[in-house]
Amino acid sequence: MIRQITEYNFAYLDEQTKRMIRRAILKGLAIPGYQVPFASREMPMPYGWGTGGVQVSAATLTPDDTFKVIDQGADDTTNAVSIRKFFENTAGVATTEETAKATIIQTRHRIPEAKLTEDQILVYQVPIPEPLRFLEPRETETRKMHSLEEYGLMHVKLYEDISQHGAISTAYAYPVKVSGRYVMDPSPIPKFDNPKLEMDAIQLFGAGREQRIYAVPPHTKVVSLDFEDHPFEATKADHPCSLCGAEDSYLDEVIMDDAGNRMFVCSDTDYCRSRREAGHVGRLAEESAA
Amino acid sequence: MTPLLQVKGIGKRYGARIGCTDVSFDLYPGEVMGIVGESGSGKSTLLNCLAGHLEPDAGQVIFETRANGPVDTVTMSEPERRMLGRTDWAFVHQHARDGLRMSVSAGGNIGERLMAVGDRHYGNIRHKAIDWLGRVEIEAERVDDRPTAFSGGMQQRLQIARNLVTGPRLVFMDEPTGGLDVSVQARLLDLLRGLVREMALSAIIVTHDLAVVRLLADRLMVMKDGRVVEAGLTDQVLDDPQHVYTQLLVSSVLQV
Repeated sequence: MIRQITEYNFAYLDEQTKRMIRRAILKGLAIPGYQVPFASREMPMPYGWGTGGVQVSAATLTPDDTFKVIDQGADDTTNAVSIRKFFENTAGVATTEETAKATIIQTRHRIPEAKLTEDQILVYQVPIPEPLRFLEPRETETRKMHSLEEYGLMHVKLYEDISQHGAISTAYAYPVKVSGRYVMDPSPIPKFDNPKLEMDAIQLFGAGREQRIYAVPPHTKVVSLDFEDHPFEATKADHPCSLCGAEDSYLDEVIMDDAGNRMFVCSDTDYCRSRREAGHVGRLAEESAA
Repeated sequence: MTPLLQVKGIGKRYGARIGCTDVSFDLYPGEVMGIVGESGSGKSTLLNCLAGHLEPDAGQVIFETRANGPVDTVTMSEPERRMLGRTDWAFVHQHARDGLRMSVSAGGNIGERLMAVGDRHYGNIRHKAIDWLGRVEIEAERVDDRPTAFSGGMQQRLQIARNLVTGPRLVFMDEPTGGLDVSVQARLLDLLRGLVREMALSAIIVTHDLAVVRLLADRLMVMKDGRVVEAGLTDQVLDDPQHVYTQLLVSSVLQV
């Protein structure tokens, strides 16, 4: 008789796989910024949809955890909703949209605006973990460059930016040096988020297709690369949020009509909602109330 | 005067076949050594062994470093060797495409070595890049163009600028004029000769073109089947060849 599998193992992956991933995570934490190869599994979602982040989350989740997923800062986009549902089904963990209540936050392309604490883990989905990839296509060579700390090439990219655009035009996936040693791709977060990479929470990065895991332990020095005469600058759209009036958050631009009207809103939906609940009002909210 | 480079008994085999064997010579500061020979005679193998691109099976390559005096580059650690490769050494490839980053602008190509040794000031890097473009006779306005937009001769000159910007003391050149038409060759040789004299560079030039060594090299080694068959002052070797193969080589040059 064929035995029917009626239930998933906790958090989908089998225990041996989780053990393997945890070892990679621990190694990554021991060598901040170093890309640890791991035997990435097929996940029930396409590559590019966060298979790396999902595997890291699966290996870190415990039944007591509260899980939050954001995609470009939002809790209600396709990617976030489907991954949240995935772990509700396979792990049965509590989920939340409130940043402060979550113990594990899986993110695509943003760091939440609210300050994270020592009790939290931030898991990034990473498409291309190798910061030198577009300059040096050979994996053997990039590994050698990392091991010998030959990072001059990274500045060649920034040089090209300035020579073509007059300023460092790299606006996301801005390369950083971790703990004075490894140059790391912080995943495609806007460079506005780069200063936040020095935080109290543990940061784990998972790249499923590229089979790499890397990590930044709490309170680790993370420096954005720059030139002496063109220093790093964290930039955002020069507007307040149209809904909550926040001037310190990263904004999405939304086209309203074909007459040139647009609005800028917080990309972090939880941050925006909590501010509105606390009574902050932006330009558009004022107009609709009037 | 101590030699800048002492080569002692270098040999490299490819399985049972000989790449080069038992090559020894000294190179003094400011001296240009030419290595000539037919295709397959082992000159490129020798050059790659000297420059650290290939690991020789036998022998020593002792380089007079600025900091620690004479050091055997064959046994030194790889980080040290790669550091030499972008500071005191330069390597000019036969095909400029091998030595350039084709997707990076001319200025970025020249600046790469500067940034690799720690220069982090954009204005300085750019100023030096434009200065070097001028020294290899490329207009300053081409600084933001990619090498793909350059002619073969310009690419080769750009490769030379990119290599010399950190003020190396020893330049390895593998057929630097190969594949260029004669008028461009002449201009490039003129430029190289000027730079070698002006910067007091030592150089090892591998070529099969006797005119190149006649113009540039102080001394000459003739290789055949992986061995050095004749060595001496360039004019002496070319005007009074002793070895049968050298005589053949000299008499094979077409006269216009």
